[in-house]
Amino acid sequence: MNYKQQQQSLWWRFHIDWPLLLGLLALMGLSLVVLYSASGESMAMVQRQLIRFGVAFFAMLVLAQIPPDVYQRWAPLAYGVGLALLVAVLVMGEVGKGAQRWLNLGFVTFQPSEIMKLAVPLMVARYISAQPLPPRFKYVAIGVMIAMAPALLIAKQPDLGTCLLVACSGIFALFLAGMSWKLVGLAAALVSGFVPILWFFLMRDYQRQRVLTLLNPESDPLGAGYHIIQSKIAIGSGGFGGKGWLHGTQSQLDFLPERHTDFIFAVLAEEFGFIGVAAMFCLYLYVTGRGMFIAAQAQTAFGRLLAGCITLTFFVYVFVNVGMVSGLLPVVGVPLPLISYGGTSIVTLMAGFGILMSVHTHKRLYAQ
Amino acid sequence: MRRSVVSLTIVMVIVAILLGNLYYLQVKQFENYATRSNDNRIRVVPIAPPRGLVYDRNGVLLAENIPNFTLEIIPENTDNLEQLLSDLAELLELTPNDIERFQTQRKQIRRFNPVPLKSQLNEQQVALFSVNQHRFPGASIDASLSRYYPYGAALTHVLGYVARINTRDVARLEEQGIRANYAATRNIGKLGIERYYEDILHGQAGYQEVEVNNRGRVLRTMKVVPPIPGKDLHLNIDINLQLKAKQLLDGRRGSAVVLDPVDSGVLAMVSSPSYDPNLFVNGISSKDYSALLESPHRPLINRATQGVYPPASTIKPQLAVMGLELGLVTPQERIWDPGWFQIPNTERRFRDWKRWGHGWVDVYKAIEQSVDTYYYKLAYEAGINNIHQYMSEFGFGEYSGIDIHEESKANMPSREWKRQRHKEPWWQGDTISVGIGQGYWTSTPLQLTQATNILVNRGKRTQPKLLRAVDDGEHFEKMPPPDQEPIELNNPVNWDVALKGMWGVTNKQNGTSWKAFDGTPYVVAGKSGTAQVFSLGEDEEYDADSLDERLRDNAMFVAYAPYDDPKLVTTVVLENAGGGSSNSAPVIRELFDYYFLGEDAGQSAGASEE
Repeated sequence: MNYKQQQQSLWWRFHIDWPLLLGLLALMGLSLVVLYSASGESMAMVQRQLIRFGVAFFAMLVLAQIPPDVYQRWAPLAYGVGLALLVAVLVMGEVGKGAQRWLNLGFVTFQPSEIMKLAVPLMVARYISAQPLPPRFKYVAIGVMIAMAPALLIAKQPDLGTCLLVACSGIFALFLAGMSWKLVGLAAALVSGFVPILWFFLMRDYQRQRVLTLLNPESDPLGAGYHIIQSKIAIGSGGFGGKGWLHGTQSQLDFLPERHTDFIFAVLAEEFGFIGVAAMFCLYLYVTGRGMFIAAQAQTAFGRLLAGCITLTFFVYVFVNVGMVSGLLPVVGVPLPLISYGGTSIVTLMAGFGILMSVHTHKRLYAQ
Repeated sequence: MRRSVVSLTIVMVIVAILLGNLYYLQVKQFENYATRSNDNRIRVVPIAPPRGLVYDRNGVLLAENIPNFTLEIIPENTDNLEQLLSDLAELLELTPNDIERFQTQRKQIRRFNPVPLKSQLNEQQVALFSVNQHRFPGASIDASLSRYYPYGAALTHVLGYVARINTRDVARLEEQGIRANYAATRNIGKLGIERYYEDILHGQAGYQEVEVNNRGRVLRTMKVVPPIPGKDLHLNIDINLQLKAKQLLDGRRGSAVVLDPVDSGVLAMVSSPSYDPNLFVNGISSKDYSALLESPHRPLINRATQGVYPPASTIKPQLAVMGLELGLVTPQERIWDPGWFQIPNTERRFRDWKRWGHGWVDVYKAIEQSVDTYYYKLAYEAGINNIHQYMSEFGFGEYSGIDIHEESKANMPSREWKRQRHKEPWWQGDTISVGIGQGYWTSTPLQLTQATNILVNRGKRTQPKLLRAVDDGEHFEKMPPPDQEPIELNNPVNWDVALKGMWGVTNKQNGTSWKAFDGTPYVVAGKSGTAQVFSLGEDEEYDADSLDERLRDNAMFVAYAPYDDPKLVTTVVLENAGGGSSNSAPVIRELFDYYFLGEDAGQSAGASEE
């Protein structure tokens, strides 16, 4: 064993994929830098984010130690409990900001929908990998149902962002499993058929307003269009090189709404310009690429589907968030992964990466 | 495996789309968004320039700027507006009226802008509020400058006043392209000097660029361009003389004008009754305003420049100059006055004021004793064309050029004028009454003073002006009045004849007004006039007691002094007061005494009043 192999084996023993970890730590570092500016130089907020990162890192470490077959075995239970909790939320959940998302367990309140972000990929991956691949229509249909059932419950809360992420994670598993292009086309058709249902039955007025506003934000510059206009001004005025750290006028003078949470990307774009934005995308692409590499290297179909699914869902966060902040997509509450200030999503995301590392680092055991 | 590659490709495509859009926003559209970002955060706040001050000829302040404290509230910055209002009302003893006005104004003022709650706080209220300010977030005191006229009603018709800019003013400012300069200015000159010299007094607005947050709160000042204050004006007015004239006219309807014959500067100009211009500065109440409008004494009219009166006998010296110059009379020639004049081949007799006539009359006596018959004949022989031409040169029927907009041309009649105005030809009889300053002829007190001034200056004409100098803090620039073409006589001695006649009026025992000026240590020359407001029939007697006050004669008097080296030329007109010699001349006597002898001298010895 040469030195390098020794090093590798040390990481291996703790079931950590260091190239992936490096990418994640870089994103976390970026988060702290931008957050310090976005919070109005609040060290307290940076500290809270740091603690959250610590908790999330710990979750990742723990989940990375658990072998993939355990996940495979327990997937239905996680899925079942998650589904039950979602129903519970609708019946007795706490209301906040016009939506019913939180469940109070007495000692802690949390969003069951976060569980589903992992439970759905686990369940779909487990179900599909148990079938002959590529999956036939029947299995695809069941897979879709597994994903859509919780997605619809979440949409009913309503929490459009999470609904989207949960639905996507299921679809990605099916896609990666090699469902035929014909079925992909059919799914696309179903989704487009789902849009009117979403519009007329599931969406609330304020959500419809957001979509309308996206189409023409200038029509209502002081009302619903305000967020999008201000965030586009922030991004655009950043220019190529940016206004400099702590010098973004849009963000420092409070013109930018939700600037440390969902709209933190606009702060980054304003202060670091196109260069900063491009650098951020490099980090995300690197993490996504590494995730897909892990998926490709996976020895079991379950591991491959699960890893790909988690990775692609991670990227959907980036796409939806940047898309909405830069005015390409309607404003749905999706944070910029690992950079936005905020509790549960960071833990869930890092837990996902823990599973990813588990998939990657436990395969040698099968090989031996 | 293959699907992983496909997914990664899709990911790359999506990243390319996102980055493409961001490139478009940040690089292609950078200018646009940079501008909008600055528009967001930078607010340009105009700063009103302090208005120029106005001084009299001796440096006494006539119009000043005093601090005016206004309690303002930004409703959006308050926690509980209702509570705040009731607390403030209790602390500062505000009336429900104040609150009501505040609520009305609030609807008209943009969000995050201060709404005035109470203006003109006194010092005690300011102190009370300042101590308790921490209790009232969103409320603050704005200290702005407000115009104040320390002499109040004494100078209203000279200075005018400033008042709130209204929509008509805005339209005019926009037309002139100077609306932006008034962005922070509240008041504008509405009358008198304040209006005429608005451009000099106003100054140049400054501005500051401030950075604001999304709530409109000012975070810091980025740039300040200070305003350029308006220039100070120094007037020809002598405030002491003005106050004396005002005092002499108090309680009467009339006016007094005093010019400096050297440069035609207006030393005093009084119109009585007057009113307090300070009422208008912060908005006059409709009750006060309608009282001014409806007063039968018409205080709003500037009688000195807008009061239109028949000049009566006061213009006889000027008509004498005309007669001499035209060769119609000579200084030696005498005519017989039987007490009336008749146009040859007509029946109607034009009566002299002295029923039994003056006997033999030469030009001096005609002025001294104001012999109407002499002037009936003179006017008849000169004809209206000559009279119109000569008297126009003395300024009748023309704007004097005084530097206020409130001026009337009055009327110097001509054939043309009558044809246009009355659609009638000019009758010879019309000329006869014009010969004694009656009939269609009217003039303002200022015109009368200026006509005398031209006489005193032997034809040299200078426009009467209130403004003496402009001071911008660095340069004290004198404003010499524009000279007009002088009246050139073929025989300049004719001036002396007329002036000597005026000397006789006040100095000869049989002059009409010697009593009023008896015993003055300085020598006065003048001319009385008693203008009929009400025309009498051919054989009727004038009986003042039986006439309604409004129909009584106007008392006119023009005078200058000292005779040899004139320092003051003045006119006093008293409406419906009766004869000029007995009513207006004593006023001028007191004014002259005051000016030449000083405050304590009182009336010089031996003076008498009728």
